[in-house]
Amino acid sequence: MSEKSKAISEDELQACVDARLEGPRHDRVAAAVASDPELAQRAEQLRRLTDAMHAAYDSVLDEPVPPEMLRTVINRGQAPFLRLAAVVAWMTIGGVIGGLIVSSTGPTTEVVAERPLPREAAYAHAVYVPEVRHPVEVGADERAHLNAWLSKRLAATVVAPDVREAGYQLVGGRLLPDAGRPAAQFMYEDAEGARITLYVRGHGETTRDTALRHAEDGNISVVYWLDGSLAYALAGSVERSRLETIAEDMYRALNP
Amino acid sequence: MKSFERLVVEQIPRLRRYARALTGDREPADDLVQETLTRAMSRRHLWIRDKEIRPWLFTIMHNLYVNEIEKRARTPVLIAAEEDDTRLVAKGHADGGVILRDLERALKELSEEQREVVLLVGLEQLSYKETARILGIPSGTVMSRLSRGRERLRELMSGKNGVGLRRIK
Repeated sequence: MSEKSKAISEDELQACVDARLEGPRHDRVAAAVASDPELAQRAEQLRRLTDAMHAAYDSVLDEPVPPEMLRTVINRGQAPFLRLAAVVAWMTIGGVIGGLIVSSTGPTTEVVAERPLPREAAYAHAVYVPEVRHPVEVGADERAHLNAWLSKRLAATVVAPDVREAGYQLVGGRLLPDAGRPAAQFMYEDAEGARITLYVRGHGETTRDTALRHAEDGNISVVYWLDGSLAYALAGSVERSRLETIAEDMYRALNP
Repeated sequence: MKSFERLVVEQIPRLRRYARALTGDREPADDLVQETLTRAMSRRHLWIRDKEIRPWLFTIMHNLYVNEIEKRARTPVLIAAEEDDTRLVAKGHADGGVILRDLERALKELSEEQREVVLLVGLEQLSYKETARILGIPSGTVMSRLSRGRERLRELMSGKNGVGLRRIK
């Protein structure tokens, strides 16, 4: 073994081949490999081994994903925002697609509403969130009454989803007018007192669930979706991704 | 921001590739992936959103695999007498079949521990740190298993028929 190959440890050689070395350390090992035939040969063998693994198993990446696997993820997730069409889109981007899955896709439906739901929700959010003394009409201590009352007025089962796991406590809710029809707003607060609101209203003819959608109104972010006969819009001055996570939690809480 | 479900679905092909190399056969590999997905969905609340999902899923798969190995060690099973080599020939690579059989045999000779490290680093291109975290072992152990595992593979593949490693450019 030459002086140079002694100076390079086995771990360093591997790390170099695995492209896990950076800066001067990489340069030192690379230089030693370049000038030492024995090291170069060992590096080459390591590289070939990695190539062999890819040659042997990379074809698995191109196999269509068994529908059973997709169902496990999507049905358990219970998210309406994950229609198969969406899944197919992701898989197509990744170059992996199963014929069986394509044939079972359906179109997703846009939100059908008299006035844009996210705007309505953002307005209601902006009006009531700063309220100190009367943020809600019925407080969380009367949760059962709140749900029953709003369900009766909206002529649908309206329930304030429990998202305590996401760090939000229900403050309460109120009834609101929306283009002459009743709508509901639930308010939640985190430990710091930051508030988010869930706006709920009935919607017309379509009963198709939709993907999770997003809109911005000033500094208010809104994530909205349809679920059965109700349209939901979650509004808050929080990061979109955070809001989406809470929305997913809400959907799950509403569809146990 | 992608949903949890989407992030998981995107990882399925790679989970399958790793499982195939790890178990050496399609059926047990896909069973392992299926179980991994089931467990991931039931434990989604344990995933920290800002963390990468891939190591998380691979950790679940590793734990299931280890359990399976231990279970099998306790209950002896009958193994089919004849081995059907054709079912495993990889498509799309001229040398895929030969390489696959050589490599598969060689991988089977490794200890489970070495095989996991060699595949996570070589095939799945995970960093040493990620590999250590997935397997729940110190980085130093990753390095030693890696070099011993690779050395063993090299011996097995060049020793047996001289084809394995030389065929690929």
